[in-house]
Amino acid sequence: MSLATIADAFFGLFNYWIVIVLMMIGFYIVISHDNLVKKLIGLNLFQTSVFIFYISMGKIAGSTAPILTEGDEAVYAHPLPHVLILTAIVVGVATMALGLALVVRIHEAYGSIEEDDVLAADFETQDSEAATERARQRSAEARQQAGARDDADDGHRAGGERAADGHGDERT
Amino acid sequence: MITQFLSQMPVLLVVLPLLAAPVCVIVHRAAPSWFIYALTSWACFAIAFLLFVQVRIGGPISYVLGGWPPPFGIELRLDALNMLVVLLVTGIAAIASIYARASIAAEIPRERAYLFYAALLLCLCGLLGISITGDAFNLFVFLEISSLSSYSLIAMGAKRRALLSAFQYLIMGTIGGTFLLIGIGFLYMMTGSLNMADIADRLPAVSDTRTVEAGLAFIVIGLSLKFALFPLHIWLPNAYTYAPSAVSAFIAATATKVAVYALIRFLFTVFGAAYAFGQLPLGEVLMVLAVVAMLSGSVAAIFQTDVKRLLAWSSVAQMGYIVLGLSMASATGLTAALAHIVNHGIIKGALFMVAGALFWRMRAISINDVAGLGRRMPLTAAAFVVAGLALIGVPATGGFISKWLLLEAVMEDAHYGLAAAILVSSLLSVIYIGRVVEALYFRDPADNDGKTAEAPVSMVAATWVLVGASVALGLYASPLVETAERAAAGLLGSGA
Amino acid sequence: MTALWLPLLVALPAVMSLVVAVSGRWPNLREGVSVATALALLAGIAGFIGDVTAGARPSFTLFEILPGASLTFTLEPIGLLFAMIASGLWSLTTVYAAGYMRGNAEHAQTRFFVCFALAISAAIGIAFAGNLMTLFIFYEMLTLSTYPLVTHHGDAESRDGGRVYLGILLTTSIGFFLPATVATWLLTGSITFTDGGLMAGSGLGALGAGLLYALFLYGTGKAALMPFHRWLPAAMVAPTPVSALLHAVAVVKAGVFIVLKLTVYVFGVDFLAETGASQPMMWIATITVLGASLIAMTKDNLKARLAYSTVSQLSYIVLGATMASSLGILGGSMHIAMHAFAKITLFFCAGAIYTATHRKNVSDLDGLGYAMPITFSAFFIASLSLIGIPPMGGIWSKWYLMEGAADAGHIAIILVLSLSSLLNIVYLLEIPTRAFFHNPRPDTPRNWQEAPWACVIPLSITAAGCIVWFLYPLPFTALLSPWAPQ
Repeated sequence: MSLATIADAFFGLFNYWIVIVLMMIGFYIVISHDNLVKKLIGLNLFQTSVFIFYISMGKIAGSTAPILTEGDEAVYAHPLPHVLILTAIVVGVATMALGLALVVRIHEAYGSIEEDDVLAADFETQDSEAATERARQRSAEARQQAGARDDADDGHRAGGERAADGHGDERT
Repeated sequence: MITQFLSQMPVLLVVLPLLAAPVCVIVHRAAPSWFIYALTSWACFAIAFLLFVQVRIGGPISYVLGGWPPPFGIELRLDALNMLVVLLVTGIAAIASIYARASIAAEIPRERAYLFYAALLLCLCGLLGISITGDAFNLFVFLEISSLSSYSLIAMGAKRRALLSAFQYLIMGTIGGTFLLIGIGFLYMMTGSLNMADIADRLPAVSDTRTVEAGLAFIVIGLSLKFALFPLHIWLPNAYTYAPSAVSAFIAATATKVAVYALIRFLFTVFGAAYAFGQLPLGEVLMVLAVVAMLSGSVAAIFQTDVKRLLAWSSVAQMGYIVLGLSMASATGLTAALAHIVNHGIIKGALFMVAGALFWRMRAISINDVAGLGRRMPLTAAAFVVAGLALIGVPATGGFISKWLLLEAVMEDAHYGLAAAILVSSLLSVIYIGRVVEALYFRDPADNDGKTAEAPVSMVAATWVLVGASVALGLYASPLVETAERAAAGLLGSGA
Repeated sequence: MTALWLPLLVALPAVMSLVVAVSGRWPNLREGVSVATALALLAGIAGFIGDVTAGARPSFTLFEILPGASLTFTLEPIGLLFAMIASGLWSLTTVYAAGYMRGNAEHAQTRFFVCFALAISAAIGIAFAGNLMTLFIFYEMLTLSTYPLVTHHGDAESRDGGRVYLGILLTTSIGFFLPATVATWLLTGSITFTDGGLMAGSGLGALGAGLLYALFLYGTGKAALMPFHRWLPAAMVAPTPVSALLHAVAVVKAGVFIVLKLTVYVFGVDFLAETGASQPMMWIATITVLGASLIAMTKDNLKARLAYSTVSQLSYIVLGATMASSLGILGGSMHIAMHAFAKITLFFCAGAIYTATHRKNVSDLDGLGYAMPITFSAFFIASLSLIGIPPMGGIWSKWYLMEGAADAGHIAIILVLSLSSLLNIVYLLEIPTRAFFHNPRPDTPRNWQEAPWACVIPLSITAAGCIVWFLYPLPFTALLSPWAPQ
């Protein structure tokens, strides 16, 4: 592979390189940043890179805008990807709006938009809930055991007949 | 007049809910918007049924949107495959309309309920759009419509954790959607067409290029995010747990199923089985992920204390079954996957409805909260038992039929290890369903008021309709299986 | 009788269970309905005896579940025999259960009788099943409908027992039986029970057939082959009538019946004899026969001892199937009946003893024979039948089993059967011996007497049955004539 082909691959496809770089930056922001708003910005960047990808794909070197004029023989850019991406932009805007609305409500509910803080608050609730549930489980089991013992004491109730010995023997 | 109506039916499936949603917002009141939702969903169900019969008799229907013939205009294409999915989605939506009223009245402030129904209608519109469109880009748009509305639906959950769950789902869902968009872009670059049938025609000429391979990869990953294939499933348990009960039931039963449908559509109709599974090792990759999902999802479900979270993890496992079926790319495997899409949709819908009814009564849904409710809410608890058995795959339920087909498919290809994995996962589901059933029947109730109080009739009735449907599909599965077989044959035929 | 009766007979107990549920407030009506249903069912099934003995195979297909697999009921001799036993003993068990449940003031009696009826419906469905799919549906229905019976007391202990019960039965059926059925479907293209079996000509070698046979036999967890026998003793937490139902009427008998049916109609006796595919399972059955007998000797709890005795006796029937000779099938089928009558008597007796004295250990039964002469006499008769001593019916089935073993050239099996009889003598006859020949414990009150008549009459009838079948075994050999010696 000569230097020329490498250069050609790099500069000839420069629009795709830009797309890839933008996309990775956006993706990185989504993954690495704690701040929910920054995450959304990263997400938007990520989406925008795809818009650029579509737009540049419809462009033909030396072409002009696809407007019909009398007797014109010019080369047009492909309009369809551009139209498609209008729809995708609308989707992106809607996503952004919904995401920001969620962030506002998260801020109201948690008093923070740092994911770490929110998650810490969540884990705290989760841990305390889990502890409560475990305690309830234990107490329920204890109640059940106590109930069983009552039954066993009450020898004349048929509840006592559950072949406990059959089990006991089994284990020995 | 009638014939005109009949010929416009395909587009009505999308247009009706799309128009009904703003009407809900305009009327601004809970009761009328519920009525609009119920009316629309039942109308869609009726239309879907008529179309199903039409497709069954007359073969695939192609509807040209706005009079622009494909491949330039958008085409709605109805065949045996997507009518199955459409029937499932509209059926669940219609039954959820009976269920939602009481459940939503208890979980969402009255003054915001109209927004809820509007979002639900949009979600329905998006799901139906994905199912019937024959245009790749159109599919992306509908996918985003359904996703955006489901983010907002999940955020309406009562706990504040619903917000973060919805936000995480939004991030992951948007990345998935954007991946899909990139994939479609690559296909468009290589074929210059967006119509699925047209792409399929043009693709073989360019199929050896890196671009098409990358496109396939982006589409598979993007959609896998949407239907929560392991390891892209982390958004799902939180989202299903904290969403309002009616939303959990509706989305669990439909959204992931529709995304799998979209994957099947792309793999088999657009790329063709020979390309996706023959030239690229996609089948092996999906198979491994499916098995991991089946086992890890089931194991995780065993350790949950929250009933809804338990069911959500079970969904991760069950999606594994579906993906396993399609990863074999055989007629039997696809039939199994399609049958399980329907069966699991119905079963999981029923189970989440039961969870919602228990929540309605106790205002909480951990295993300790529902303990001892077997006597207090006999009908609801019995519905959980029957639907749970269906999930395990006990004979005479729908779950058994799909498991039977799946086993047939893996043993046909002599994948005995996969057969073992399916059976182990089924047995794990015995444990997690058993935990809830034992709590319902063998434990003493947490509170001591001792009153028998069922959930409202509408909620119980809706649940039992789904439970009944699952049993009916278990006893008389021939129509479903035949439809699935025809759809599978159609997919493989067009791919060859 | 037309074949249309088959689905109706299966549905009858299930439908009547609704009536039972509704009539829960009036116990006499509830039990009356149960007994009447049982007798009607028995009469309905008996109506087919003539046709089936003459060689007819009435069959009725309800609808197609999957393409190629329908919900079909077909009546053949072994199924008819099993259905007769199940429905006949159900009526007696219902009478007994009424006495027992009231005598012990059990809770949730209506649920008990409803599940009882559902279990019988499932058992009849298994008896009539015309293909593996139908069989599997009713098999699981039987497991699930008996689960509430096993966990009847609803406490931690019965929950544990229920876990083992459900765990083992579901694991084996889903884990082994289902894949075996699918494999049969893929190998032979059919899952319909066919005279002469499906496997002949499927090209399956001895190893493959042996593996498939093992899958099926272990998949039929209800047959309690070691090491999947633990559910039976675990299910002992249930009330005694349930144990009687489990051990003599429906559950375990369904298991061994399925083993026989698979042997005859799926694999084919000739195919198994040719390939020797059933021999590994035959040796496992002999191990079960002896092992369970030995464990039974160590049990002091009466019901636990009887449970292990059941495990051992079931393997007689499995032996009959696996030795792959028609006399073995005859002996095995007859042993379903003989063991049913003897074992249900033993359980009825155990329950009667408990109801009257609240004692449940063998060592506590000293000298009780004079307080409860009928009960212990019945126990003695049933023990003799199990051991295989004339004049009790048990001798016939053991005779045919031994003849079948000789026929198939397995002399060792004859020795095992003889040895097992000796072990039976040790662990069963100890009980009447203690009751009649030992002195009562000092704390035994003088006023103890027989259990309520509703308990005593059924056990007398079944004990009498043991004697009758010795004198008059003709119905069995006539019905099972395809396998009887000419």
